[in-house]
Amino acid sequence: MTTPLLDVPLLDVRGLSIALPPGADRPLAVDNLTFTLNPNEILCVVGESGSGKSMTAHAMMGLLPAPHVRVAGGSLLFKGRDVLTMPEAEQRSLRGGRIAMVFQEPMTALNPLMRVGRQIGESLREHTTLPPAARRARVVELLAQVGLPNPAELADAYPFRLSGGQRQRVMIAMALACQPDILIADEPTTALDVTTQKQILDLIRAIQAERHMGMMFITHDFGVVAEIAHRVAVMRHGKLVEYGAASDVLNRPQHPYTRQLIASVPHYIEHRDDHTKSGAPLLVAERVRKVFQVGGGLFRKSKPVVAGDDLSLTIHPGETVGLVGESGSGKSTLGRSIVGLIKPDSGRILFEGTDLLALDRKGFRPYRRLVQMVFQDPYASLNPRHRVGDIVAQGPVAFGEDRGRALARARELLAMVGLDGSAADRYPHEFSGGQRQRIGIARALAMEPKLLVADEPVSALDVSVQGQVLELLDDIRKRLNLAMLFITHDLRVAAQVCDTIAVMRRGKIVELGTAREVFTHPRDAYTRSLLDAIPGKAWHIPDDLQTAKAEAH
Amino acid sequence: MMKSDFWRAFARNKGAVLGLVILTAIVVLAAFASVLFPGDPWDMATAPFQPPLSEGAPLGSDMLGRDIASGIAHGARVSLLIGLTSTAAALAIGVTLGALAGFHGGRIDDAIMRFTELFQTIPNFVLAVVLVAIFTPSLTTIVAAIAVVSWPPLARLARAEFLSLRTREFVQAAITTGQSNSSIILRQILPNSLSPIIVSASLMVATAILLESSLSFLGLGDPNAMSWGYMIGAARTVIRQAWWMSVFPGLAIVLTVLALNLVGEGLNDALNPKLARSRG
Repeated sequence: MTTPLLDVPLLDVRGLSIALPPGADRPLAVDNLTFTLNPNEILCVVGESGSGKSMTAHAMMGLLPAPHVRVAGGSLLFKGRDVLTMPEAEQRSLRGGRIAMVFQEPMTALNPLMRVGRQIGESLREHTTLPPAARRARVVELLAQVGLPNPAELADAYPFRLSGGQRQRVMIAMALACQPDILIADEPTTALDVTTQKQILDLIRAIQAERHMGMMFITHDFGVVAEIAHRVAVMRHGKLVEYGAASDVLNRPQHPYTRQLIASVPHYIEHRDDHTKSGAPLLVAERVRKVFQVGGGLFRKSKPVVAGDDLSLTIHPGETVGLVGESGSGKSTLGRSIVGLIKPDSGRILFEGTDLLALDRKGFRPYRRLVQMVFQDPYASLNPRHRVGDIVAQGPVAFGEDRGRALARARELLAMVGLDGSAADRYPHEFSGGQRQRIGIARALAMEPKLLVADEPVSALDVSVQGQVLELLDDIRKRLNLAMLFITHDLRVAAQVCDTIAVMRRGKIVELGTAREVFTHPRDAYTRSLLDAIPGKAWHIPDDLQTAKAEAH
Repeated sequence: MMKSDFWRAFARNKGAVLGLVILTAIVVLAAFASVLFPGDPWDMATAPFQPPLSEGAPLGSDMLGRDIASGIAHGARVSLLIGLTSTAAALAIGVTLGALAGFHGGRIDDAIMRFTELFQTIPNFVLAVVLVAIFTPSLTTIVAAIAVVSWPPLARLARAEFLSLRTREFVQAAITTGQSNSSIILRQILPNSLSPIIVSASLMVATAILLESSLSFLGLGDPNAMSWGYMIGAARTVIRQAWWMSVFPGLAIVLTVLALNLVGEGLNDALNPKLARSRG
């Protein structure tokens, strides 16, 4: 390595400002941002949604949606030369050549109609003079380096044949093709399951160490930061609020916002005291089985996919049962079967002794009230054309409640979930994600249910909002003695709110026990691998923040 | 608030505003036809084959001395009436069938879509001609024939919207809160699927006007109603002696259809959330 490289940082961002179009919620997406990235270092840029962390990366890669969003000031120096003032052709050779990027969503980042090998070969063709045969050899070599099995065969595969984790590996191989100096990774593991996330993080760390690249890793998850960061930059509303070595920021955060963010990170070692089960079980699921028929038509046979097999589970009044598993494990299938959105093929679901599956439409109707659901996506779960008050009141009205009374009750419930009185007259789009989720909870409570099925209720929310919604759910559960089935992919969240945990894998429950048992003495190998994959488990949230959090409860 | 957003998005498209102005002018012309041109447009007003700008016939007269300008004004009524009512009828058939197919899925969907395809395989215009010819031409049969040939695309559109909205979480929430199917279809899904349906309906009015003109051109129009298509049809034999007889009604059709298309496009810009930048 030559000396000038040590003096000049690989990337030097000075006073970067990015302007949003007029009418946006703030004038600048990124406001006077200054940081450096050195060779052989991982810089984690952390922030919640809308903090401008991705915008910074996009500015570097020329991906800003011009002309609406543009760089308003500052400079982006790559090895001392300003990327923003370079001629377009030079910028292009930098991108993909010297600076490469890995995107968040592996499912859409690959061209579905192009073979994997050709997609990786594209940047080699663009930036090198390698002949086709050598390109091909390099592609296979790259695929092997990112740990994909049968690289030669895989190079000829189309993206749809690969899993999410495999696609993300292909994306990384593509980024590495020209041996870049800087790798920008924009939430590369957010869309992945926790065990896959761990593998990808390990891979990224290994590759970075081996090639001494400078890496800018964008994430919202402090667990991930604790896993891989050398240095950390915390962003909020487009401004840099804290910047320093990873150990300092993680263990001795200075800025109040960083402290608040770290305090709201759910931590898996905290689990609840054992719940004392009382009375007859509220809900018993017995050997529930559901097979989906995929594809098929008039002349084609459909393919059976087992979403749930032999699922048995008991929920007592006041108990919160967590259903934990990775995507496709069948956890939502069970939840939806209980609220009657899906009809299982066999098994029994007993609610206070009555088999819900044996009832017809009319017979099931009274039970609709008693079992309510909180949905995952706060942006899709509220009808955009209805007023919030109507949304909450619609259920009781459908059950014959007087409309005026139902609306009055809706206002009370909205107040109960922490929204002010005027909320009832507004439309969903005027609310933030966390507020919408509160509306969804109020809608479920309006029916006066005994059991609440919450399907990933916080997975679409930022971590600080996540904490608030979880607290609200917990508070309501205690006040109304509600039983809850809490479906989540995040073990840290499950640890926080669940009394009993059922771990699902490929349509089966592989472990069922109290939260304490499952987290301290997991019996099943899969549960152990899930616990092992939790990012940042070696990091302990600073004690002063832990106590601050305990007091807030 | 949502309303002002809508107008801002609509007004951003200058063509749409122009279209709206033209359309308003045509509607005013149709509404005040009997005031502007009192008397029956079928009556003789002046000498036959008078060129434009002559006494009693500003746009000329036809071979029977009827006033072309009066015919265009009264014809606007018929054209707009047929365009709007037949589109309304097509909407009623298409959206109902499409909504049922999309909401229920499965066998109901299969049955309705095969039925729709049956209509789509028959050429529109031929079917309309046959229907009108069988049931003797009158305003009612023309409207019915145009509606019968134009509902299938609306049904497909409504079905696609319902299929995708049905799986949205707010619809599932409506199911879990015990709302009836009809209330879910009418109150939850339909308002959310209206935007693309309104857009294609506005374009369909233009198609319906063209269809009516074509039918009248072939002599299958309502014999008691003056219409633009009839005027062009009657003028075709004398097009070399009296160009004004076909040019002015033709211009009226072009302007109306153009205006409707411009308005439709503007509606698409304003109602399509993917294009409307102000919403988020």
